[in-house]
Amino acid sequence: MQTLREFTRKTKRGNILKIVREHYLRDDIGCGSELCRECFQNEVYQLTSQHANQSTLFKFPHYLVLDTNVVLDQIDVLEEDVLRNVVVLTTVLNEVKHRSSSIYKRFNEIVHDRTRNFYVFVNEHHKETYADREPDETANDRNDRAIRLATKWYDDHLQASQSSKEFERSGKAAMRVVLLTDDAANRAKAEAEGILVTTAAEYVKSLEDFPLLMDKLSHKTFDNEKNGLPQYPPHLSMKELLEGLRQNKLLQGPFQASRENYLEGSVSVEKFEKAILIQGRESLNRAVDGDLVAVELLPESEWSAPSEIVLEEKNVYADEVPSEEKAKDEYDMLKQVRAAASSAERTPTGRIVGIVRRKWRQYCGILQPSLIEDTNRHIFVPADRKIPRIRIETRQAAKLQNQRIIVTIDTWPRNSRYPHGHFVRSLGPLGDTATENEVILLEHDVPHCKFSDEVLSFLPKMPWTITDQDYSKRVDLRDLFICSVDPPGCTDIDDALHCRELPNGNLEVGVHIADVSHFIRPGNALDMEAAARGTTVYLVGKRIDMVPELLSSNLCSLVGGVERFAFSCVWEVDNEANVLSKRFHKSVIKSKRAMTYEEAQSIIDDATQQNEIAKSLRHLNRLAKILKKRRMDNGALVLASPEIRFQVDSETHEPLEVEVKQMRETNSMVEEFMLLANITVAEHIATEFSECAVLRRHPRPPPTNFDPLVKSARYQGFQVNIESGLELSHSLDKCVKADNPYFNTMIRILTTRCMMQAVYFISGSLQKDEFFHYGLAAPIYTHFTSPIRRYSDIMVHRLLAASIGADSTYAQLLDRKSNEELCHNLNYRHKMAQYAGRASVALNTHLFFRGKEEDEEGYVLFVRKNALQVLIPKYGLEGTLYLKTDKDGKDGLERVKSEIVFTFNEEDHTQRCGDVVFHSFDPVTVRLSLDSSNVQHEKLIFRLVKPYIKGFSVETTSKGTEGQAVAAAPPSKKSKKDKKKK
Amino acid sequence: MAGKYDLLSEQGLRLDGRRPHELRRIKCKLGVFEQPDGSAYLEQGNTKVLAAVYGPHQAKGNQTESVINCQYSQATFSTAERKNRPRGDRKSLEFKMYLQQALSAAIKSELYPRSQIDIYVEVLQDDGANYAVALNAATLALIDAGICLNEFIVACTASLSKSNIPLTDISQFEEVSGGPKLTVAALPTAEKIAFLEMSERFHIDHLETVIETAMAGCREIRDILEAAVKEHLLHMGSASDFAKVG
Repeated sequence: MQTLREFTRKTKRGNILKIVREHYLRDDIGCGSELCRECFQNEVYQLTSQHANQSTLFKFPHYLVLDTNVVLDQIDVLEEDVLRNVVVLTTVLNEVKHRSSSIYKRFNEIVHDRTRNFYVFVNEHHKETYADREPDETANDRNDRAIRLATKWYDDHLQASQSSKEFERSGKAAMRVVLLTDDAANRAKAEAEGILVTTAAEYVKSLEDFPLLMDKLSHKTFDNEKNGLPQYPPHLSMKELLEGLRQNKLLQGPFQASRENYLEGSVSVEKFEKAILIQGRESLNRAVDGDLVAVELLPESEWSAPSEIVLEEKNVYADEVPSEEKAKDEYDMLKQVRAAASSAERTPTGRIVGIVRRKWRQYCGILQPSLIEDTNRHIFVPADRKIPRIRIETRQAAKLQNQRIIVTIDTWPRNSRYPHGHFVRSLGPLGDTATENEVILLEHDVPHCKFSDEVLSFLPKMPWTITDQDYSKRVDLRDLFICSVDPPGCTDIDDALHCRELPNGNLEVGVHIADVSHFIRPGNALDMEAAARGTTVYLVGKRIDMVPELLSSNLCSLVGGVERFAFSCVWEVDNEANVLSKRFHKSVIKSKRAMTYEEAQSIIDDATQQNEIAKSLRHLNRLAKILKKRRMDNGALVLASPEIRFQVDSETHEPLEVEVKQMRETNSMVEEFMLLANITVAEHIATEFSECAVLRRHPRPPPTNFDPLVKSARYQGFQVNIESGLELSHSLDKCVKADNPYFNTMIRILTTRCMMQAVYFISGSLQKDEFFHYGLAAPIYTHFTSPIRRYSDIMVHRLLAASIGADSTYAQLLDRKSNEELCHNLNYRHKMAQYAGRASVALNTHLFFRGKEEDEEGYVLFVRKNALQVLIPKYGLEGTLYLKTDKDGKDGLERVKSEIVFTFNEEDHTQRCGDVVFHSFDPVTVRLSLDSSNVQHEKLIFRLVKPYIKGFSVETTSKGTEGQAVAAAPPSKKSKKDKKKK
Repeated sequence: MAGKYDLLSEQGLRLDGRRPHELRRIKCKLGVFEQPDGSAYLEQGNTKVLAAVYGPHQAKGNQTESVINCQYSQATFSTAERKNRPRGDRKSLEFKMYLQQALSAAIKSELYPRSQIDIYVEVLQDDGANYAVALNAATLALIDAGICLNEFIVACTASLSKSNIPLTDISQFEEVSGGPKLTVAALPTAEKIAFLEMSERFHIDHLETVIETAMAGCREIRDILEAAVKEHLLHMGSASDFAKVG
């Protein structure tokens, strides 16, 4: 069914080429309507007469055609399961794809939902609906015309099908087609052509059954602000931007808002080593964190330095116009900063002149309580401090008042202090653990919805049994004394170990990893889902699995006493832990015992235990120590990061106790063998698949990264040598202070922060000497040992299995490009999972301190201009102890402000107040309490207890009364404020 | 570059609106020139090729076998960027070898000892699958020259979309934006493959289906060319009552 008409299409690109392409127009494209009797339909009808849209504007059955702007702006409305029977034109689909890939993705999901009755009509290749671009017509106009043409055709086409006498007799109202567009010009033209047309807003208003849908409409204009004064300089047009960028007058880069100071941000530009600083509301010029912006560099005389000041936005109400006085404050701040900036530390400063591409997404947060009752306009406060407040309209403010909600930005006009947005959905009541977890997951883009039925359909059928065929393919290791060692409460056990003496006096060591790739076959829905998730995410008291629970906690988990499939890596080693030979094979194992680190440790230590497991563990432990020493001699780094565990109440999910993760010998024992297995496998797959092996590398950090570490150490009289990993490791070992036992750990914490992220990559994409893993001092490394919780390991398993002939290969496995994309996603997911985990710990720390007040020993980690960064080892907690307070005064401290003056010495980074001097690493005692005055950002308040500074420190002696008084101060102040407001 | 677009939309249409198994439109004409012994002009979509055949004539030197000599060239104006292409560039030489290889499988060379057959192919417009179109044009020119062939030798390309559906007759746009390309030159009736070339590796699981797709394309092209030859003969023969013999 190929038409013989041929059209050509010309496009220009680069150095102006005329490109001629064939464009076939067809007569076999169906309209997808069940009413149609003419079209050649090769599919199930998508457009039905059921689920008709009930609109008061069009009181007859109708299908909808959407214009591109409706899809782009009103995606939240479309995502609600309200609009049905929608014709999606490929013109629109292509335009959406071109304009925003994220919206395209969301829209595609709607289109694929068969219950929604969205039908994709390939109007571009239909011989009746193709619109050839006319001379002097812009691409946009042509697309608009194509959309109108298709709408018109649909309408006529359906009329023709419904004009039969039979149909007239049935007495039904005829199906029509309605075009939704927010483009006034397009609407006018459509009306002139006799097409039923309306705007998205009017149409949604006319849906009487769904009044709340109105909230989700995106507004481009807010009525009362049309005549407001411009508060921001205008943005340059796209053309001017491109011209400026081409002539190097402007610089382009992603904008990063400062977390601490809402009037400050930076743009990292390729040409500059340091990011370009942006200060002040006008210079920021409506950029939102993440946007790709164009920056104009200020002349060097106007350059400034980062303020190092923590500045938070004050509450402004929806109807309040920011007073000039307040704005003045901000400028004063800026002036001060600029004046104070000594020429030495000035950094390139610029102002944002245009936005190349917005990276707006959905934001979690809460509604700010409104002063006026019954108003529809509200201010939304995002949870992420880098995001400005957003103005929204909603009718359900009362209901949403104490809920976490999601909002997206629609536009940011010049005359509005804040961007305009609209309500998307509510997550649940504030402070509820489930809601807060949801916020963390959303903010970190962690896919966490339930596994779909399609995904679950690829799970093995229960009861699952091992067949004879399975046994014949695998090496039977059920008789070996294999055991696993994991943290307490671990249900996804993916590794187990064994060690036995060989007749020739050598030892055989085996690492057995859960054979997840046996259950997850490449390319099916289960595999795709796991690949998309990339990793299991651990929150406090909650685990978001990468693979369904049946696999993660049951079939793949190497629990004790049960037969399980494993992928084994077995070495023969001599008593000095030299590897003599290695082999890989799939196996069936039966773990003799699943132990915790503690249990394993006590078995090793208890000399009376002489059974096979105890012997095996002792051998392993001895070998691990040799391996570790060898690794250290090679220059592997021992890094530290404060890690804590929460004991969570199983019912209320509230944290009961905090403990710092303990390191036992057995932890290190398991770790050593996992490292050995990973390295052995990495070497193997890199030789077998030189182009497409999935490996992991840890780049050496650039020397400048170490600056803060080297400086801090120097103040303490230690020289940190960063020439090589080995020297760094040695010099770190030497950083020991007799009077400060925690000093070495702190130095290591600082070192950790200098490091780069370790990343997955494909062997073919880099030179061999770049494979290096800096932290482990290994020339090559990969992840093999945790396939239950990491997708990279599944890939490595598949590669390894293919190389030993245990499994078949498939196209994607050996495709470098698709593997590269996969690695990219894994790196991203991995990073986000880490951040989400940390956010969860922070959340639970807050829950833990709710209503508590404790004095704790801590250490100064950094000295800042107006604060001390304090680390509490007991909780692995880091926080800021403010030394100067801003004008509003926090925590009732403003009364002491005038009396106590801290002087900051930039030379040696100290803060001095009278006789008391704070250096980095000094021990301090601080009192911790939770400030809940801002419900969204509960924060821990650090107050100084020791060393004692009169008028500033909290009194230690009268802890009971004074502490309470201070703690009571903020709420009382707040209530006063509240009264004033009313 | 590869994988920038998916070659097949979810609605089952390719970038230019074809379905996976559809060829581009083919137009051809035999006997376009008088000077050579045989000539043909062939369009497959926007790829346009001219072929001329001289011979059989006496071979130079002491050849006992027949000699098949090809020349492949591309017109300066054939691509969007006008490049001067001297005849000796690597790609032309490569294609020349491939043409000789495929054509010698079709020509009944035992009938032409000590003779030489010269085949000249010029690509006038390049829109992908140049080799395949050049070979098809050469076949037509050989037929026009009255040279004995075992059967039609035709070539067709095929590729694979991301969803692993094989595609026939790849256009230039699909070549640059997509996956691997396979070219098959075959004797369709005998089901013999004379020549096979891959631009990139296919996975072994898919290779067979892709070859089968290309073969199906070859058969279809053969039918079209055969019809064109018959048409041409009828036209020629009508001058000498040949049509009535039919």
